[in-house]
Amino acid sequence: MDLSFIVIQSLSGLASASSLFIIASGLTIVFGVTRIVNFAHGSLYMLGAYLAVTIVPMMLEVDRSLPMFLLGVLVSALIVGVIGAGMEILLLRRIYKAPELFQLLATFGVVLIVQDLVIKVWGAVEIPGPRAPSLRHGVFIMGERFPAYELFLIGAGLVVLAGLWLLMQRTRFGVLIRAATQDREMVGALGVNQAWLFTGTLFLGAFLAGLGGALQIPRVAINTQMDISIITEVFVVTVIGGMGSVPGAFIAALIIGQLQAFGILIFPKITLVLVFLLMAVVLVIKPWGLFGRPDAAAGRAILPEGILSLKRFGKGDNVVAAVAIAVLLALPIFGDNYMVKVGIEVLVLALAAFSLQFLIGVGGIVSFGHAAYFGLGAYAAGLLATKGGLAMEPALILSPLIAGAFAALFGYFIVRLSGIYLAMLTLAFAQITYAVCFQWVEVTGGDNGVVGVWPSSWASSRQVYFYLVLAFTLSAIIALRHAIYAPFGYGLRAARDSAVRADAIGIDVARIRWFAFTLSGAAAGLAGGLYSFSKGSIDPTMISIPMSVDFLVMVLLGGIQTVIGPVAGAAAFHSIKDFFMPLTDFWRLFLGLSIIAMVLVFPRGIAGAASLLGRRNTPAPGPAPVGSSP
Amino acid sequence: MTKGFTRRTVVGGISAAAAGAGLGFAPASAQTASGAPIRIGEINSYSRMAAFALPYRNAIQMAQEEINAKGGALGRPLEFVFRDDGSTPGDAVRVAEELVTRENVSFIAGTFLSNVGLAVSDFANQRKIMFMATEPLTDALTMAQGNRYTYRLRPSTFMQTKMLVEAVKARGIKRWAIVAPNYEYGQSAAANFKKLMAEATPGFEVVTEQFPALGRIDAGATVGALAQSRPDGIFNVTFGADLTQFVREGNTRGLFERRTVVSLLTGEPEYMIPLGEETPEGWIVTGYPWEQITDPAHVAFVNAYRAKFNDTPRLGSFLGYVFAYMSRDLIAKAGSVETEALLKAFDDMRFETISGPVTMRGIDKQATMGAWVGETTLKGKAGAMKNWRFEDGAKYMFSEAEVRAARKG
Repeated sequence: MDLSFIVIQSLSGLASASSLFIIASGLTIVFGVTRIVNFAHGSLYMLGAYLAVTIVPMMLEVDRSLPMFLLGVLVSALIVGVIGAGMEILLLRRIYKAPELFQLLATFGVVLIVQDLVIKVWGAVEIPGPRAPSLRHGVFIMGERFPAYELFLIGAGLVVLAGLWLLMQRTRFGVLIRAATQDREMVGALGVNQAWLFTGTLFLGAFLAGLGGALQIPRVAINTQMDISIITEVFVVTVIGGMGSVPGAFIAALIIGQLQAFGILIFPKITLVLVFLLMAVVLVIKPWGLFGRPDAAAGRAILPEGILSLKRFGKGDNVVAAVAIAVLLALPIFGDNYMVKVGIEVLVLALAAFSLQFLIGVGGIVSFGHAAYFGLGAYAAGLLATKGGLAMEPALILSPLIAGAFAALFGYFIVRLSGIYLAMLTLAFAQITYAVCFQWVEVTGGDNGVVGVWPSSWASSRQVYFYLVLAFTLSAIIALRHAIYAPFGYGLRAARDSAVRADAIGIDVARIRWFAFTLSGAAAGLAGGLYSFSKGSIDPTMISIPMSVDFLVMVLLGGIQTVIGPVAGAAAFHSIKDFFMPLTDFWRLFLGLSIIAMVLVFPRGIAGAASLLGRRNTPAPGPAPVGSSP
Repeated sequence: MTKGFTRRTVVGGISAAAAGAGLGFAPASAQTASGAPIRIGEINSYSRMAAFALPYRNAIQMAQEEINAKGGALGRPLEFVFRDDGSTPGDAVRVAEELVTRENVSFIAGTFLSNVGLAVSDFANQRKIMFMATEPLTDALTMAQGNRYTYRLRPSTFMQTKMLVEAVKARGIKRWAIVAPNYEYGQSAAANFKKLMAEATPGFEVVTEQFPALGRIDAGATVGALAQSRPDGIFNVTFGADLTQFVREGNTRGLFERRTVVSLLTGEPEYMIPLGEETPEGWIVTGYPWEQITDPAHVAFVNAYRAKFNDTPRLGSFLGYVFAYMSRDLIAKAGSVETEALLKAFDDMRFETISGPVTMRGIDKQATMGAWVGETTLKGKAGAMKNWRFEDGAKYMFSEAEVRAARKG
């Protein structure tokens, strides 16, 4: 490895770092002020790129020069800024008071909508952007050619850093942003017009995302998957740097850029894992990232999200539960094969969602990576059944144990954190699990997964398997529900509501949270094992971010403050998806709109709304009404 | 809603019986098909892989109209029922179940991603229904994980790699670099390339391998790593957005100068159009030079497609069109839409297609459909293929011994 190569490679790393920083700085500023983790930041980046490939060529028609190119880039970024401000006024402003998770989901709804709108407007074929005039060539550095545009990008990153520094230090707007990042309640109390501050912040954040996207057009082909591929990386940068810290984002981007430039030489095959490993290590050592500070509001008494008071089933509830179980028992008799299959999936998802609600609603542990344990259970069952030569029965028994063991391992680190950093660490572990399953082809079959995971012959008929799934999921849900009503559940809620007070009365907070995490992981693992035998195959999509998000949607749809809600949420969500997917190519648009509508209209979920009406009801649509089974 | 006989199954049954009985009467009078349609379930990534899947669906719908205007199959019209697979195996298998249970399709077809194809193939094996995989390329589909219900149309990763190795081995290049997306397709293409080249070129060595994650190549770093090992030849498997980024970075840094580049699928319009004026000169690729093919049947297809959709055909369009006609011929030969009859007719059946004759080899259920192999070139501001020839897939299949070893049972 000669010196010239090391220089060139680190310049490549700097160029990537610079692009990452421009985008990540926007996300971190928005988070600092609004405390919203904006999933749609990647969509704004993508919009910036798409607008630029439309606007820049028009500019170049006028005059093929670098200033016109840059003007086009700036115009695109400004338009994205306006879109961001519009998003704040129309959507985010209505949900600042909502639980953190709802905000996240609303922005995820925006992601889905933007994806389909982009396909509708620009088409699905990737679009190559124009090269920047007078920056097309390569510059000779130590005898090697290096793209001039990459040098320009490195400069652009530094300019953005300097510009943000000036803005933050020298303008009133910047001072307000810094103040709000430290303590936004106090800023409000001092009489600052928060509406304008937040709109302005969103404009700035979106502008930076759009700028980052628009600057990419001479390098990459603009495509409809840019949003998802950038957002995870940008999350990693902001979390490592410390949420809300611009210099932190800069340092983190530098580290990640170099890690990738040189990492691929040593480990060409584990590129996906490296950055998430780094994030996990940083969070374990420094729970608030490199430059982050604990939330000033963390010590204040806030109303916890989740289950506030436990109610026993009343007479009416028991009747509803009995009817639901009777309907389920009869389903294989009157339903066709397809209905039975959907029924199996709903039961499995209900268990997974219930185990997540156990963490969120009872433990206050918001997991963004619950699919990891679902997937680990599925992989354990699938690999044991196909490669391990085990029959279905032992494989199904081992799947929750293995998933639980991994949950114990990851959870040991996770439960020591709180809030958004905890959520990010769960995401990191989930992504590491995903990457290992995706890239370790020899063992896991890579993205192809493993097929041939079918039940033992006695359970091979779909009807019998349905009853098997029903027995397993029902007993697991009843067992978990029992744990919620047991002293263990009360202790867990105490730890959630006030770790200090719980500690003072003798509850070992870390341990009780760790047990809960392990238990929930095992339950999700059982659901995963059942799922893999119903589908006949395992593959990495079971561990992916969209799967984790699906579980979250089910919990919120059902109602985060209720015990049984997630079961209804799983049924409703799966039915909605099942209903829209065959109808239209634009099912993501409808899903996104449904999520946003739900966040705005039913912030307490189906079960919450139903109990408001004074009765617990089954959700209207869907082939498998498993509404209020206990 | 599915209790008992629906009107459709009753009518369908009667007309099928009528068609069967009427075979002797030469149904020449029936110029347009009548009776209950024969339904075929088409599962694909219409929303996420729209660049491929929409031209594919367009061509199928065009072929469906043509076929039905000419009398359909068995005197009944064909009807393709399209479903999105959500690009995940889980959704795909559920949708397949819906097609089989609720839509009464005679067989299922399609899929784009290899993992989705494998999952649907396994479903077909369980439910004992025929599955015609049109696009997924993984070798596993017809080899290690093959089953008696699953057929594949396109030449597999192995076949296309072998075509490229045949085209380049005469140059005697020994020092190779490989760049491939890090998932099953990329890895198996790289493994095939290494195996085939080692057999073909004495002294063959791989000086570096890069496996960027799919859809997120770090092009600068990757190009730097490749250049640093000073290879004489580069085997590229990246495609789509990764490819465009890789080519741009490589062009600026002079990675491809004085080097032979061999590249899978790059000549397909799906991937060539986005390259635009960056299209490199002289890469040896598999692809689809649709505008240069002079076979009259193919020209007619291109003209009809352009007239109907005001767009140029992609490889997906070609594939969809061929697939629809093969479905018709298959049903006509089988004389029924029962799975066993279809399987019996399909094995070793010969088809006339717009790219010439294609045989569905019975032993591994892989079609002998070929591919176009040639070099990339820049025509004006767009990429094109030159010095191409059509390679018959029959010459590039796995040997029967290899198939027997891989397919147990």
